[in-house]
Amino acid sequence: MTNAVVIEALVKIGLLIFGLLTAAAYLVLLERWVAAWVQDRRGPNRVGIPLTNIRLMGLGQPLADGLKFIFKEEYTPRHVDKWLYSVAPIAILASAMAVFAVIPFGSVMPVAGVKNPIHLVVAPGFDVGIVYVFAVSSLAVYGVILGGWASNNKYSFLGALRSTAQLIAYEIPLGLAILGVALASGSLRLETIISQQAASGEWNLLNQPLGFLVFFVASLAESARLPFDLPEAEQELIGGYHTEYSGMRLLMYLIGEFLHMVTAAALIVVLFLGGWHLWGLTGHEENIHWGTALVRVVVFAAKVLATIFFIMLIRWSWPRFRFDQLMALAWKVMLPLGLVNLVMIAVMVEYGEHFHEIALVLGVWFLSGIVILVMAVTQPLESDNRPRW
Amino acid sequence: MKPDDPHIKWIEEPRLGIAGRLYLPLVLQGLTTTARHLVSPKLTVSFPEERPKIANPLIYRGVHRLNKDEQGRVKCVACFLCATACPAHCIDIVGIESPWPDREKYPESFVIDELRCIFCGMCEEACPVDAIELTSLFDLTGRSREEMIFDKEKLLSIYDQTKDAEPMRSVREGIRG
Repeated sequence: MTNAVVIEALVKIGLLIFGLLTAAAYLVLLERWVAAWVQDRRGPNRVGIPLTNIRLMGLGQPLADGLKFIFKEEYTPRHVDKWLYSVAPIAILASAMAVFAVIPFGSVMPVAGVKNPIHLVVAPGFDVGIVYVFAVSSLAVYGVILGGWASNNKYSFLGALRSTAQLIAYEIPLGLAILGVALASGSLRLETIISQQAASGEWNLLNQPLGFLVFFVASLAESARLPFDLPEAEQELIGGYHTEYSGMRLLMYLIGEFLHMVTAAALIVVLFLGGWHLWGLTGHEENIHWGTALVRVVVFAAKVLATIFFIMLIRWSWPRFRFDQLMALAWKVMLPLGLVNLVMIAVMVEYGEHFHEIALVLGVWFLSGIVILVMAVTQPLESDNRPRW
Repeated sequence: MKPDDPHIKWIEEPRLGIAGRLYLPLVLQGLTTTARHLVSPKLTVSFPEERPKIANPLIYRGVHRLNKDEQGRVKCVACFLCATACPAHCIDIVGIESPWPDREKYPESFVIDELRCIFCGMCEEACPVDAIELTSLFDLTGRSREEMIFDKEKLLSIYDQTKDAEPMRSVREGIRG
């Protein structure tokens, strides 16, 4: 490994961390805006440039929030397990950030004076990209369970338990949906998955609607967003696993959560929505002009932002699931749907060449519809909640 | 009481229709509702720049004022009815002999503790000469408790401030006070 490679990687890591932290701060603002708009309010629109009356629609709010968190007392209750208590938020933040090492936020960027164009991903050519994403993002559950356990508090512990059960349950449908994509593209590298979608011009959403549905729902559950935010259900558990946290440690938890949402959105875009590809705008060649490269980055960012916005809208459209409903949804609905999707993709990959492309897509959508209909009629979510005797 | 007690009436949960079982149509329905509110006009009043519209300022119960008669004198006759009616005991009046021939007493000092006041409007109801009234000024603030104890001059100045927008009841209803 030469010095140039190390420097390149360090620059990319620095940019990425700076970008992610800023993004997380502004996503908090966006979330508050969306929350306000949906409730016919205006949202934070006062804080602008400090010491002036310039308001900038409240764009200074994240700065104020950050300052507030820094100046808050960082209180450690006496009954906690000190070591685990301080490790847990670091674990969750680290795992949330490490995922981005393999997520490409563009394709390649040709730079004057450098022989090879620079890959816009921290770890380019990482052959087991999806497996890595999976492995590292699963580590987040350690942050949650350690935080809940170390807090030595019933609410925290309950939240952590729920969260663990939920994350483990939803990892299975998540994995099944990813398997479908991996099977269809024949690669675990995220860059290859994108470039294949770009080359054929068909996003995976078109071929695998069922897989997209399963992945979307499961990744909402994985990032503990509403309607799956049982780990920290305020009305039931005060704050769940981060009840006992304050100051910077709480901030780390909150940033970790937002980064999970960003990860989920980025993965949805990479796996199902064609990454940086947009018809007639970004092309699909490997050797590109730097302008095109920039357009690809912008397209990717826009898609991720749109997905995040949609996830935020979902937050205000649904009530939270009950825990038994959550589990039933994972095991009785998402798991079978994922399996069916996997079989469909396998058949399509094996025998797809005998059929016309449009017939194939229509067939997949039709079959997916039938499966969902059958699922609905048999009604696995119906629960009889009267006492047994 | 046992679960199979005849007095317990068990009610079946209503069964979902096909849209409810499919779940996705209802998801879309929920999303359209959310999206509609996302773009609908906002109800928030941006307070300091934009004043909330008070439907009827004449019956609004805000800060008090002491009314003046045509000659600019305080209308109050220091009868203590308002102070007696006040459930919060926030009105303090010192009455002395009046220098004018049309009444026996007038208030030398008339103090309302706006922090104790509960803005019930009983003083206004009790007043026989239409001297004390509640205005539609709602944003009264101060930096100290002392500042929020309004004396006679302050209360009379609130009258000057609000008399055009909110005439006295006796003027409104054409009664000679």
